Amino acid sequence: MKKRLMWIFGAVGLLVVLYLILFYPFQILIYENLQFIPLLKRVVFILLLSALFCLFRIMRGPTALDRIVAVDILGILIVGLCAVLAISTGRGWYIDIGIAWALQSFIGTIALSKYMEGRDFDD
Amino acid sequence: MINTIGIVLIGIGIFFDLFGTLGLIRFPDLYNRLQASTKCVTFGTGSILFGVFLISGFSATGIKALFTIVFIVLTAPVSAHALAKSAHEADIKLWDKSVCDKLKEDEIKE
Repeated sequence: MKKRLMWIFGAVGLLVVLYLILFYPFQILIYENLQFIPLLKRVVFILLLSALFCLFRIMRGPTALDRIVAVDILGILIVGLCAVLAISTGRGWYIDIGIAWALQSFIGTIALSKYMEGRDFDD
Repeated sequence: MINTIGIVLIGIGIFFDLFGTLGLIRFPDLYNRLQASTKCVTFGTGSILFGVFLISGFSATGIKALFTIVFIVLTAPVSAHALAKSAHEADIKLWDKSVCDKLKEDEIKE
């Protein structure tokens, strides 16, 4: 019963946060009035919310490998964030950051997993 | 028309990313978390990049987006497999209600 209540609470909380991101007229950013920007610029904040979930798992993973998994997922997520930013702001060089981030994330994950396995880097 | 298809693909990709990382929070075990979030986030990011390619066309941004799709689809399963193998070598325990562990059975048999 308590578990079902927690599920309902979490689902309603997620829907409320999504509604606030998509439709609420924020006045937080100074240089730009967020009430008049189109929906494609607000959608970036949903990706930032999922990056926050990854940071939560990095904060309280029981072992080191849980944290490495979360860092790997965060690296793939940031590539999508850079692609959406390249469309919504009209600056094409954001996607170069995405390519470089994907390369660095792949090499770092392979190196960390080999290290945790207890082997050298050259076999 | 093609802009609308691209924006719909970007929306699908963003919701796959959101639910994949929700699985990263909610699932009980390292292996469950790995298989949920890797597949969802890889498909979501690929869908976002394909939407960006459809919107921007055959310009520099679009071609780079296509190359990034190929790179991510090649490398994300490799890194996930390496992580799962190293977690099994480092004796991370499975969840209590997990049913079978084929790799450990093979090691015992040999």
